[in-house]
Amino acid sequence: MKRRTSATARQKQAVSAPPERWELRLYVAGQTARSAIALANLERICEEHLKGQYHIELIDLLKNPRLARGDQILALPTLVRKLPAPMKKIIGDLSNEERVLIGLDLRPLGREGT
Amino acid sequence: MPLQPLPKVPSGVHGLDEITGGGLPRGRPTLICGGAGCGKTLFAMEFLVRGATEHGEPGVFMAFEETAEELAANVASLGFDLRRLVAQRKLAIDYVRVERSEIEETGEYDLEGLFVRLQYAIDSVGAKRVVLDTIESLFSGLPNPAVLRAELRRLFRWLKDRKMTVVITGEKGEGTLTRQGLEEYVSDCVIFLDHRVTDQTSTRRLRVVKYRGTTHGTNEYPFLIDEGGISILPVTSLGLAHRVTNERVSTGIPRLDEMLGGRGYFKGSTILVSGTAGTGKTTFAAILARAATERGDRCLYFCFEESPDQLVRNMRSVGVDLKSPVKSGTLEIHAARPSTHGLERHLVTMHKVINQRRPDVVIVDPVNNLVRVGTLLETQAMIIRLIDFLKARGITTFFTSLTGGGDDLEQTDIGISSLIDTWLNLEVVKNGGERNRTVAIVKSRGMAHSNQTSEYILGARGVSIADTYLGVSGVLTGSARLAKEAEDEAAARVADRAIVRKQGERERRRRQVEAQILLLREGLDADDADLAGAIQEGHVRLQAETLRMAKSRPAFVARGHRGKAKGPGVRKRR
Repeated sequence: MKRRTSATARQKQAVSAPPERWELRLYVAGQTARSAIALANLERICEEHLKGQYHIELIDLLKNPRLARGDQILALPTLVRKLPAPMKKIIGDLSNEERVLIGLDLRPLGREGT
Repeated sequence: MPLQPLPKVPSGVHGLDEITGGGLPRGRPTLICGGAGCGKTLFAMEFLVRGATEHGEPGVFMAFEETAEELAANVASLGFDLRRLVAQRKLAIDYVRVERSEIEETGEYDLEGLFVRLQYAIDSVGAKRVVLDTIESLFSGLPNPAVLRAELRRLFRWLKDRKMTVVITGEKGEGTLTRQGLEEYVSDCVIFLDHRVTDQTSTRRLRVVKYRGTTHGTNEYPFLIDEGGISILPVTSLGLAHRVTNERVSTGIPRLDEMLGGRGYFKGSTILVSGTAGTGKTTFAAILARAATERGDRCLYFCFEESPDQLVRNMRSVGVDLKSPVKSGTLEIHAARPSTHGLERHLVTMHKVINQRRPDVVIVDPVNNLVRVGTLLETQAMIIRLIDFLKARGITTFFTSLTGGGDDLEQTDIGISSLIDTWLNLEVVKNGGERNRTVAIVKSRGMAHSNQTSEYILGARGVSIADTYLGVSGVLTGSARLAKEAEDEAAARVADRAIVRKQGERERRRRQVEAQILLLREGLDADDADLAGAIQEGHVRLQAETLRMAKSRPAFVARGHRGKAKGPGVRKRR
């Protein structure tokens, strides 16, 4: 298991937004090109939209196969939003950012301030 | 044909291995498809459970539709204890839930997660068997069918590489075996299950659609799901290779034994008693049952008309005690209305009970009631299967068959007469205001048997067969027979008296003759006395004459003496 926590940074956006805690889990199987792309995409998106609010847990199922059962993982890579509730699941290498934002229920930047 | 026969694993499903010639293809996937509720999941589960418990092959059940708890509850009624198997590490159950609404596709992916989980489950129990039930639900759960199809292809390759014997279930589609065309991936063995309702009775059927590299039964085979799991009836594959014995079993009626070459039925033969209503078919059956149990044989009685209690009571009225064999367990009565189950269920139930109890004698009373459940053709097929099954086990089988009024009596309405070894026909003869019962042997293979129709009497001590009397219009029965018997007796008495009279007459005649002989002898004696007197007289006169002559001519004296000597010689001859 690999933990990457973003550096505590202030939010880019209005301070008025409630400080939400984002718990994200990225499931992959081994160090494949696809898992690397997925992780890179995820980190980029989080830095952009959730700076300072998120925590990514990277789970390699080849090392911990039993964890696949708990979150009902089938497709890989899978990103699971544990918090905030409700739980959300996103599959694929996260290269379609728009769909990732929809999947995570993150409003696009442009509209957020208004 | 490959020189090396395809390796197979016993499926554990009763009867399937007989159809497939040994089981499912080892290390390959088998597709079980069929409509909703046809028993796919149970089939797959039985494959795993039997593998784990009977063949030492642990298994993985990957469920896509039901949770492990639901599965355990569902198959508990079949006697499968999944929790215990899981605890013993003989079985691993992984429930895979795919919720379309929870999933957002954001780029390229594969189903490696499924592989990981499968691998983990396989490793955790050392599985040799895998079930995927029903992998089709992935199609509704995952947004991209193209990826899914590619991954399924990879999955089956992967499973083959790991030498897993796999069962995949699939829902029947419109005009295709499975909705998602799973048969495309699983080309080794495809089994189709069907559940249909005919005349309000449901029957389940199984067909091996395809089995690459091996021969297999191609028929539709009825199967059942009950407390012992799935049972398939592949009995049509049995053929006619059963061994026979010369051993005989008594019919329980001494005179009937006599009619059958003196020793009764052949052991292991099939006996049919046909007759119209009230001819005593059940009584013959009960007597056979009693005779069997008294010999110490085990007997199973399948009754489709009466409850066991009723049968026992009714048979007591003709002096046949079924209660004590029932109590001691040598006789078992199984009663069921024919319409309570489909034909297959009856057949399977009978198979099961027979396999459990291993009886020596099986009675089915009456066999043609089963026609009410299925069509004639089906019933016929079922009876043939049953007969084959029983013959193969050397079980003496006794069927009764009710002949409807007006039918040709020497014909069974289910057309099984050609399968029967010994056939008794019971008839009611109406004569002189009476209904009397007769029994005749229509045929009895392999033994000399009586050609006579005999009257039999149902009395307080069972069946007794009367002497046969032939009258002008055939066999005399009832009062006519009694009258004839009386007549014969009278005639015999008359004949006896005539002999006595003749003997008396002869004695009298003898005495007469003897008296006559006496009379004649007395007469003769009297004659003798006369004759003697006369001779004496003659002598005296001759002597006097001689003396007188001698006085006148002395030269003649010597001659005269010689003549006198002749006299006694003559007398002696008389």
